[in-house]
Parts: sequence; structure tokens; C-alpha cells
Amino acid sequence: MSGAEVGLALSVFLACAVEAVEALTIVLAVGTTRSWSSAFAGVGAATLALAAIVLVLGPSLTALPLDVLRVVVGGLLLIFGLQWLRKAVLRGAGLKARHDELETFNGEVEAARAAGRAGGGFDGYSFTIAFKGVLLEGLEVAFIVLTFGANQHAVGLAAAAAAAAVLVVIAAGVAARAPLARVPENTMKFAVGVLLSSFGMFWGAEGAGAHWPGGDAALLAIVPCVLLAAVALVWALQRLARTAPAEAAERVTVSA
Amino acid sequence: MSTVVALLRGVWDFIVGDDWRTAVGVVVALGLTALLARAGASAWWVMPVAALGLLALSILRAARDASRRGRGAAR
Repeated sequence: MSGAEVGLALSVFLACAVEAVEALTIVLAVGTTRSWSSAFAGVGAATLALAAIVLVLGPSLTALPLDVLRVVVGGLLLIFGLQWLRKAVLRGAGLKARHDELETFNGEVEAARAAGRAGGGFDGYSFTIAFKGVLLEGLEVAFIVLTFGANQHAVGLAAAAAAAAVLVVIAAGVAARAPLARVPENTMKFAVGVLLSSFGMFWGAEGAGAHWPGGDAALLAIVPCVLLAAVALVWALQRLARTAPAEAAERVTVSA
Repeated sequence: MSTVVALLRGVWDFIVGDDWRTAVGVVVALGLTALLARAGASAWWVMPVAALGLLALSILRAARDASRRGRGAAR
């Protein structure tokens, strides 16, 4: 397996694991409160829809000329990756609320109870909430599977990494019988943001006609540099947040 | 018509997200890379400089907004 393929598998696995943890919370909430069978039906329908999206769009993307594919995919991955990284840096610095699976679970349970009692048969509420949850969380993963996979001509490997992540999360969920609140979601999102941004800038520049010093080996420098820059931004924001209140208090003291 | 608009808005939100300036910056950086590469100049450095600069600017904007709204409130 080449370095780029390892990066592909790791990015897809981490992104998919994070999204699967969030989807699991929603499915657990409606399943335990209302109807497991309807929730599972929603999960199945959403999984089929996501597989259809990958199967339909995958071959069309791989049919594009390599340079066009790289510039389009690189640009999209970079925009997408910078979004992930921005949110992860803000969460790391305490400027954005962290995702709390227990809080989400309790909110979903409350909403499921408020929707009235489930009948004995098919429960439309459970189906819809599970379907929407899995589809929305899965769309980001489908996007990453498609863009990474098409660019490396390895949609199969990307899909396998996504499937492996889903299986790991399901196994952990079955073992815990509760939302996976202790999964370090922000750290994983941070890592995904770093990888997507690094591969995005690498492929985007190549597609636009640039040549990286060292070829593919440049990724070994790009990934740590992006990681260091993101960690430095978290550190700078934390410092700023610590000094800003002190400076404000000092101004008040001086003016008083 | 409203379905098409809603769909386009959904795609925009999905890909571009909260900060459209970052997306525009990435497109401009790709264009600059292509121009430099066509002119035969070294162009590989444009994307890393642009990406890290855009990330820092986007975070600073969000941090400024968060400090206006109170901690933990960045979008």
C-alpha cells in the first residue's frame, strides 16, 4: 500500500468513525425509546441511499481526465478540510462548544418521547429520524470516499475503510449499550481536517500544473506542517483568550 | 423552483460551509498556481501559503465573532 493509499484509508476511516458515532447516538435514542425495528429500517434505507450515491458518482468522477480531477477534487477537499480544521481548532481553543454525545442522546430521547407513543407496528418517527441521521452524517463520508477514492482510483479501498469504521463503531456501541461519549471526537476531527487539507493542497497544486519538490514524498512534509500550524493556532487562541480578560480587567482597574 | 433553490443552497452549505471567503481564496490560489505553472515559474508554494493563511484568517474572524457573542459561541 502506497503512502497516499494509507492516507486515504486513514482519512476515510477516521471521518467515517466520527460520523458513525454521531449517527449511532441518534439511532440508539429512537431505538431505545420507540422502535428498534423501524430505526433499523431507517438505517438500512439510508445506507442503501449512500451506497447508490457512491456507485453512481464514483465511475463518473474516475472518468474525468487526471489533471481536471485533481484540481477539482483537490480544491473541494481543501475547502472541506479547512472547514473541519477550523471547527476543530476553535473547539480545541474553547471558542466553540464540543460535541457532547450524552447531551445529544438526551435531547433525541426527549424529542422521541414528546412525539407520542409508538404503535405496535411500523413507527414512522423512528424510521425518519434514523434515516435522516444516518444519511446526513453519511453524506460527508460519501463525499470523502468519492473524492479521495476517485483521485487515487481506489474507490473500493475508500469504501472498505468506511465500512470498517462503521463495523468498529457498531461493535463498540453494542458492547457499551450507550452513546460513545468517550470517543475523542475533536481529536479525530482535527486529524481528518489536517489530512483532508494536506491532500487537498497537494492534489490541487498538482492538478493546476505545479510540481512538488520530491514528488509524492512532499506529503511527508505537508501533513506535519499543517498539523503544526493548526496546533500553533490552538495555542495562540488559548493564549489570547487567557490574556484578553486580564487586559480588560487591567484597563478597568487603571481607569478606575 | 423552490426545491431547486433549496437543493443548491444545501450543496453550497455542505461544501462551502460558514465561511465563503475561504472557498473563494482556495479558487483564487488554484488559479494563481495554474498561472505561475504555465509561465514556467515555481508554483508549488502557493497552495500551502494560501491554505494556512486562509485558515488563520477564517479562525481569527470566528474568534472575533465568538468573543463578541461570548465564549464557546463560535459558528
